[in-house]
Amino acid sequence: MDGPQPGGELMNRILETRVLAPEVKYFRIEAPKVARKRKAGQFVIIRVTGTGERIPLTIMDSNPDDGWISLIVQGVGKTTRTLNELETGDSVHDLAGPLGMPSEIHEYGRAVVIGGGVGTAIAYPTAVALAEAGNDVVSIIGGRSREFVLLEDEMRAVCTEVYPTTDDGSYGYHGFVTDKLAELIADGPSIDHVIAVGPVPMMQAVAEVTRPHGIDTVVSLNPIMVDGTGMCGGCRVSVGDETKFACVDGPDFDAHQVDFELLARRNRTYSAFEYYRNEEFTEEHIHVDPVGSS
Amino acid sequence: MARELTRRERLKIPRHEMPEQDAHDRSVNFEEVNLGLTAEQAVAEAERCLLCANPTCIDGCPVGIDIREFVRLVADEQFGDAADVIKRDNFLPAVCGRVCPQEDQCEGACVLVKKYKPVAIGHLERFVADYERERAGSTSVKTITKTGKRVAVVGSGPAGLACAADLIQAGHDVTVFEALHELGGVLVYGIPEFRLPKEIVKAEVDQLADLGVRFEMNAVIGMIDTIDELLAEEGYDAVFIGVGAGLPRFLGVPGENLVGVYSANEFLTRINLMRSYAPDAETPLLDLYRKTVAVFGGGNTAMDAVRTARRLGADPATIFYRRSDAEMPARAEEVHHARAEGIGFETLVSPIELLGNEDGWLTGARFQRMELGEPDDSGRRRPQPIPGDEFEVPIDVAVVAIGNEPNPLIHRTAPDLEQTAWGTIVADPETGRTAKKAVFAGGDIVTGGATVILAMGAGRRAAASIKEYLDTGVW
Repeated sequence: MDGPQPGGELMNRILETRVLAPEVKYFRIEAPKVARKRKAGQFVIIRVTGTGERIPLTIMDSNPDDGWISLIVQGVGKTTRTLNELETGDSVHDLAGPLGMPSEIHEYGRAVVIGGGVGTAIAYPTAVALAEAGNDVVSIIGGRSREFVLLEDEMRAVCTEVYPTTDDGSYGYHGFVTDKLAELIADGPSIDHVIAVGPVPMMQAVAEVTRPHGIDTVVSLNPIMVDGTGMCGGCRVSVGDETKFACVDGPDFDAHQVDFELLARRNRTYSAFEYYRNEEFTEEHIHVDPVGSS
Repeated sequence: MARELTRRERLKIPRHEMPEQDAHDRSVNFEEVNLGLTAEQAVAEAERCLLCANPTCIDGCPVGIDIREFVRLVADEQFGDAADVIKRDNFLPAVCGRVCPQEDQCEGACVLVKKYKPVAIGHLERFVADYERERAGSTSVKTITKTGKRVAVVGSGPAGLACAADLIQAGHDVTVFEALHELGGVLVYGIPEFRLPKEIVKAEVDQLADLGVRFEMNAVIGMIDTIDELLAEEGYDAVFIGVGAGLPRFLGVPGENLVGVYSANEFLTRINLMRSYAPDAETPLLDLYRKTVAVFGGGNTAMDAVRTARRLGADPATIFYRRSDAEMPARAEEVHHARAEGIGFETLVSPIELLGNEDGWLTGARFQRMELGEPDDSGRRRPQPIPGDEFEVPIDVAVVAIGNEPNPLIHRTAPDLEQTAWGTIVADPETGRTAKKAVFAGGDIVTGGATVILAMGAGRRAAASIKEYLDTGVW
């Protein structure tokens, strides 16, 4: 049951999709106003269907002239997997944004941008903005294996150095992003700013690597959200013993102040529910006839 | 035609109380608790009205509905006309008939209140509104001369809707911007289905759309457009800000971020707006079945939360409130309904720590027992701790319902809007005018958390002032 639709026109149309890796998909979506307004680090809230949940997705890129934004979606739960079923010409039911505070961009000097898995898509716009602000931008982009190292070409276009890493050694540096980061810190030249985006344990590990060196480090947090406008408080995180709302105070925070354990625990709140929904999704997509929609 | 009744005959008629769904039945469903008066009951209730020469009830109504006239029309069985009378002053009567605190307003001001029971004005308002809606509406859409002036209304809650209703009828073009994907603000995300069915909000919103109000959902003003951009680039001649008080307050005690601790906003939004109770829901909620649920707070939102938890199987579901019953800000009707549904009440207690297990899940709370001291600024006796009197209670899920603070999104991009130390927008209570030219504000964003009808009143006063401003150009 929705309210009146503005003009009845088809909104939020998908202009292009591309599968980047298993369960990882690129979307270019028509959203002219968001495309004009958004800044690096900001996100949108999407509802895939009229009964769907609201999920936050960081904007990867935009084109204000052509009126689109791009997103990279990793299918981890029912909602993201349903989203990943959409193709060019489909549209998402709701799209609101841009939300959150833009990433703080200054001329730091030498900045390292770290992306883990689809975190690279979130880190990418910040890398672009840092480069535009005159920084010497180095990126470390990690994945489980070669296919999960994303956006290498895009990163190479804006960074002076790009280091792909894989956990299994199938591509680039064999090891975690933090191993490479530690090497860069040891080898110099000195690093003035680090931004890390990825799974919570990765961001926490980055914070621990830079902490003893006193390197200014920012992480983009991904707590569970509902409205994305400060109204529900579900995305609260503890930063320097203060409760912050990631949606209006973040999503970027000082990595050395973030309580990552708390974030990880809160992100697991609905893991039982998600497990069940995921099973259901898998079942529907295995047994249902090919045209059946979920 | 209505019966001619003497004063004595009128006084003899007993007040018609609201028929309710059985307390046991309703504690396990989300259907509306109050069933509404029948036409016969409504007529008989309206006949209790003494039709005072100086109707004090109207003074008690924040939007000044001509109560005597509409009640007279009900007694006369002219329900459609009664609806028209109400709609002159209140575009959302089906909502207000359900959620207004009539006991403090019109009914509290009824002359019968001293020796008898007041006329059930709220029940009658609801009856008339429902009657009209169910018969597909009698609202005659009059032709309105367009002024060519455009007004942006930010927020589709009660303040914004009331403001939009008046402005569209005055011939202005009105666009309402809503941050969420559904219209109605607190009426849809906050107030539960069993107290205010969503279809009623939708019907009242649809009427505004029929009158020509444009609605833009998923539009977070402050982010997608600033107030300045609405005025300068989007071509609006005036802006009304009715965004409500939207940032939940927490207790400020250790353990508040444990898994299992919700703000009332989140808890109610997951259930009301996202319908997480429905079998096909995509939005999750922690399982409450046979769980111990504690709600902190004593206002209407706390009652909504605890009664909602009960419907989702919480047992026990308990209110923990730091003052006594007498100071509880919730409407008497809500407390009465809650008690009948088996809600427990622990008063004069204040949580001082939330307790969790090693996985970070809530397991309980430590409370401090309180006693009442001297009255505070609100006139209510201030609760103060009884030293050393602490106790622990096991809790599976907790809901914090102790109020909201203003949302910062608008201010961040409109620093020239004057605000108070609490972050509310400074606006003239009579006109809604802010420190910024062509910008008006009203409702909870100005007053802090209040009621639906007070927000509507503010929206209407602002609409009158916007009309004047657009007519004269004088700020």
